[in-house]
Amino acid sequence: MYHIGNMVKELAEKYGRKRESLMPILQDIVKKYNYLTDDAMVAVATELDISAAEVYGTASFYTFLDTEERGKNIIRVCKTITCSMKGKNDIISTLEDILKIKVGETTPDKMFTLLETNCIGWCHKAPAILINDMPYTDLTPETVIDVVKGYMR
Amino acid sequence: MVTLKINEHEIKVAEGTTVLEAAKKLSINIPTLCNHQDLCVAGNCRVCVVEQKGARTLIAACAMPVSQGMEIQTNSLKVRNARKHIVELLLSEHRADCTKCYKNQKCELQTLANEYSFGEHIFLDLVEGHAYTIDRSSPAFLKDDSKCIRCQRCVRTCAQLQHVSAIAVANKGSHMKISSFHDRPMSHVVCTNCGQCVNRCPTGALTEKTYIDQVWDAIYDTDKHVVVQTAPAVRVALGEDLGYDPGERVTGKLVTALRQLGFDSVLDTDFTADLTIIEEGTELLTRLKKVLVEGDKTLALPMFTSCSPGWIKFIEHKYPQMLPNLSTCKSPQQMFGALAKTFYAQKRGIDPSKIVSVSIMPCTAKKYEADRPEMRSSGYKDIDYVLTTRELAVMIKQAGIDFRALEESHYDSFMGSSTGAGVIFGATGGVMEAALRTAYEIVTGRSVPFKNLNILPVRGMEGVKEATIKIEGTVEEWRFLEGAELKVAIAHGLVNANKIAKAVSTGKASYHFIEIMACPGGCLGGGGQPIPTNAEIRQKRMEAIYSEDMHMDIRKSHENPEIIAIYEEFLEKPNGHKSHELLHTHYTKRESY
Repeated sequence: MYHIGNMVKELAEKYGRKRESLMPILQDIVKKYNYLTDDAMVAVATELDISAAEVYGTASFYTFLDTEERGKNIIRVCKTITCSMKGKNDIISTLEDILKIKVGETTPDKMFTLLETNCIGWCHKAPAILINDMPYTDLTPETVIDVVKGYMR
Repeated sequence: MVTLKINEHEIKVAEGTTVLEAAKKLSINIPTLCNHQDLCVAGNCRVCVVEQKGARTLIAACAMPVSQGMEIQTNSLKVRNARKHIVELLLSEHRADCTKCYKNQKCELQTLANEYSFGEHIFLDLVEGHAYTIDRSSPAFLKDDSKCIRCQRCVRTCAQLQHVSAIAVANKGSHMKISSFHDRPMSHVVCTNCGQCVNRCPTGALTEKTYIDQVWDAIYDTDKHVVVQTAPAVRVALGEDLGYDPGERVTGKLVTALRQLGFDSVLDTDFTADLTIIEEGTELLTRLKKVLVEGDKTLALPMFTSCSPGWIKFIEHKYPQMLPNLSTCKSPQQMFGALAKTFYAQKRGIDPSKIVSVSIMPCTAKKYEADRPEMRSSGYKDIDYVLTTRELAVMIKQAGIDFRALEESHYDSFMGSSTGAGVIFGATGGVMEAALRTAYEIVTGRSVPFKNLNILPVRGMEGVKEATIKIEGTVEEWRFLEGAELKVAIAHGLVNANKIAKAVSTGKASYHFIEIMACPGGCLGGGGQPIPTNAEIRQKRMEAIYSEDMHMDIRKSHENPEIIAIYEEFLEKPNGHKSHELLHTHYTKRESY
């Protein structure tokens, strides 16, 4: 992909080509494209003169550096104990119903990806979800529909 | 110097020594798993934990530097209990189907289990129900994640020794694994099949793909004529797997053993090593003439050697723009294969379709090389099966042969005669030395100006070696080289090969001829050699190679009588039409990941 190559070059100019430049470069790519394509990872490897397996190794360590295709909006439902006890399963089945996908999948129009996540620190306002960088808390099946509808426009 | 006590024994060691090294000096054994002499410290398996007086927790002996007044216990109750737990935790995530495992009785984890973990296990078996990948995609090796204990010797090998990093650590926690780029099959990534990781894996997670059964089948098939060739580095290492000390030459016994195994003809890769020298030496001299005198722009200098299939795959992935710099000569294994089913078949009056061609190699990449689609110039698969030195040792044991008691014998003919120049192919610098012995003589009509033909500047274990040979007193045909300085370089281990390749690709190097071997030490340190292989053992094998050379009657490739004969009877002339058909090849650009 021509534009990814150019973007990686620009990012390497900005952050440098040392090993420690890898993280900020990957973060910026994810910020723009939601996930890291294989082409993007290979372009970064070439630019920093490291192996593509190492770039993938680093990316795969971090939950927020996705290496699989993701939609424009990534919904992460907290699966940890408190949210589980406060009805996270209902939230998930509601989301699966309205988005017509299962956890781990992306809608055909590439608008939404539905994922589970480990604790996001909102136990006192469980159940909680993240949509992209925005937390939504104290959810019920009814309120989560409204939240997601806000992203459907 | 630092003074410390280990198990009440006082010892003085240099600052920076690790507790593990200090204990070794006292002959105190501390078990290790992730540690390897060729690699940096990792400290991740924890098997080497010891107790330090006054310390809050146990420490990893491999990673802890000594300090003044330190008091260490390597065998306290606390240490023994911890080690037992550590070994059992490793076992809880390891598919321990030991009796079916290729590494049975050669597995370092099994050895530790034998010492620390018998009876009921404390921890749950986590292997069942976990989806592991077994990657069989490479013709050279298997990667079985269910046996991986994630010690990362392979990852460090691939990065530090080979500068390839075809594999890296991916994911985290219980999902952590050793992965290629995005879990691609190993046959579809930058992996060179060098097998250095296979040689270092402490368990059965990385093993060569074995063809022992197929070779037995061929031997027992009376309809087949099975020829075997043995690479130079095999004869100086095979003994290690059969009870000999490193560095013992077992050439004569090796030949007898192969005959007893039932091979119909026992021949020598050294013969085609000599042939490689004639072809490659001629190619070099021709390139020099065409580029430097005639200004031919289609040929590239410097010329790289092409014997090492790991190096070939490396350059195909990483420096495809320099493929024209590679010699077009096939490796000795493949030259042998092409000749076995053409020239040899004709000479012996055997139908080539009935010939099964087997080679014994110190190498796993040779298995891959034999599988390359272009390696069929005879009209058949030129080499049918490649076995490593280790696999041959297994076959010798399977056959119940008492190796030590064997008489020595000589290779069969034709294609069994060789010279000292062919033998030294097995050591880094050897191809260069063999080539110089011949090329210098072609150009000047005299022997190379080194005592006893030993070109010492190109020998030794330094990562990158350079030498300059001044050419004087040339014969008429090569007068243009009069007074010229031939600049050569040698690298072994792909991390060093990469340094030279980078220098050449950026125009910072002005060599004419470069020898590259993918493995540290050259073929003698190949991925198919006995385990363990480390610096000390490589050194001993190297001494054995040069001693083998000194014991040969003929030490220049062009004086090999069978080489002279094959040009008269079959090939006609070096780099001629027949040579190009059978002995030369081409290369393929590959992806960067």
